[in-house]
Amino acid sequence: MATPRVWLLWRIGVFLAALAPLVFWGWQVAINAAGPEPGNYLLLNIGIGGLWMLLLTLSLTPLTKLTRWKGFALIRRQLGLWTLAYATLHMLSYALFILGLNWALLASELVKRPYIIVGMIALIGLAVLGATSNKWSMRRLGKRWKPLHKFSYVILGLVLLHFFWVVRADMQEWAMYAAIAALVMATRLPPVARTLPKLRHRLSRA
Amino acid sequence: MLIKIAKPSDLHESDVTPESIYLSRRRFMGGMAGLGAGLALSGHVRANEDYSDVPAGDAPTWLREKISDTQWRAITPSNPEKDKIAPFDDASGYNNFFEFGTDKRDPSRHAGSLETQPWSVVVDGEVNNGGRFSLEDFAKPSQFEERIYRLRCVEAWSMVIPWLGIPLAEVIRRADPTSKAKYVRFETLVDPEQMPGQRSSFSIIDWPYVEGLRLDEAMNPLTLLAMGMYGRELPNQNGAPLRLVVPWKYGFKSIKSIVRISLVEEQPVNSWQQIAANEYGFYANVNPQVDHPRWSQATERRLPNSLFNSNTIDTLMFNGYGDEVAELYAGMDLRKHY
Repeated sequence: MATPRVWLLWRIGVFLAALAPLVFWGWQVAINAAGPEPGNYLLLNIGIGGLWMLLLTLSLTPLTKLTRWKGFALIRRQLGLWTLAYATLHMLSYALFILGLNWALLASELVKRPYIIVGMIALIGLAVLGATSNKWSMRRLGKRWKPLHKFSYVILGLVLLHFFWVVRADMQEWAMYAAIAALVMATRLPPVARTLPKLRHRLSRA
Repeated sequence: MLIKIAKPSDLHESDVTPESIYLSRRRFMGGMAGLGAGLALSGHVRANEDYSDVPAGDAPTWLREKISDTQWRAITPSNPEKDKIAPFDDASGYNNFFEFGTDKRDPSRHAGSLETQPWSVVVDGEVNNGGRFSLEDFAKPSQFEERIYRLRCVEAWSMVIPWLGIPLAEVIRRADPTSKAKYVRFETLVDPEQMPGQRSSFSIIDWPYVEGLRLDEAMNPLTLLAMGMYGRELPNQNGAPLRLVVPWKYGFKSIKSIVRISLVEEQPVNSWQQIAANEYGFYANVNPQVDHPRWSQATERRLPNSLFNSNTIDTLMFNGYGDEVAELYAGMDLRKHY
């Protein structure tokens, strides 16, 4: 059986894995391998990275049901916070590298552009969830904590809408993420959710 | 050494070459002799030393000969310090060409599969002198000119690129349009085997990619049919072997890998207008006052930029080519005809 020490290593491993893409992209920029518009390179990669983080976070509950492995639940808060970190860096990249910290322009874009508005709502939502992800908040919120954190489903929808409105010529990449999101959400439908533990029994017997 | 031609105040090609000479190949050749050593020399100066770091291409002999006979620096920016030519690797490694994918690095990754030799162009529609031409025959009657243009993408970034090509006006004049010809319609190659973007079942574009110009826009001396850039032939990802360059319009108007040029009576529906008419019009003139619904067009990021200097500059009306083209749109509401 796994010892606390092994769980700690697992969590550190996940931390390093989630950090690795950021380090890699930063390194690409540093060695001038990120193309003529490095700010845009960071913006787009971090945005997609944040969507991956959100999808991974939301996969942990169905994976736990499917496998009953304790490790998935142990990294749920961490990945949720990574989602917030990626989303924040994505927004900062936009403000810093695309708008050149022109706050007036940021303010006008925030009111005018639907995809920016939707992205900001998603980011604020993630920030609220991040701020209430500690044990103290869980105790304070009690029964209300769970419904509050189900807002992450809405955030996933907002993120996909934000992404959808950016697409210009080909929906393939977006459709792939939308399909994964649909799959992750489908595991939460009561009939599917009930089936997952049974699937585990069948798998373990096989 | 590069011998500078008389410095134009603001991209007036007429300052470089008198317009009457410019407009006619035959008269141009006649004019060359009379113009004296200065212009004659400058017309034959190889600009190659400026492109010593540009990888050599694989151009057929006829194209290499055309390029070596280029009138170098025929049009240059009035402020070369501000409008610095982008490095070749950036211009050829970071662009949109949706036939090869949606990421800006996809074209350079995937366009190697495009076969550009042999290539033929159909000239048809309302013309007396149409037909299918090999690219060599198509290019033969005109001298290549090098033109350094600002290219402003509708996505709010821009680069300065030295093109090699022939004025579209000469091609149209040779085709001898009928009185019915009001517009020019262009078509890109359709070949899903060579163009992976055309194989995608999620593509929003209804191939072939189509673009169009009003006849007077097409006849404007600035409008170029490019076959090369940076002193060599076009890399595949930049629209080889034949592309349009309309510097006062957003980049998507400058259609790539052209196989058909038709003179038509009705205004063509260009691909982007077909996809999202509220975002992209027929004219697509660079206009800082009319925003794209999803982003501002007031400024642009001049590339290459760096992380902490986005190199954001004000976008100019008609991309700074107003002196040459503003009269084409006199009396038109450019908010309506975006």
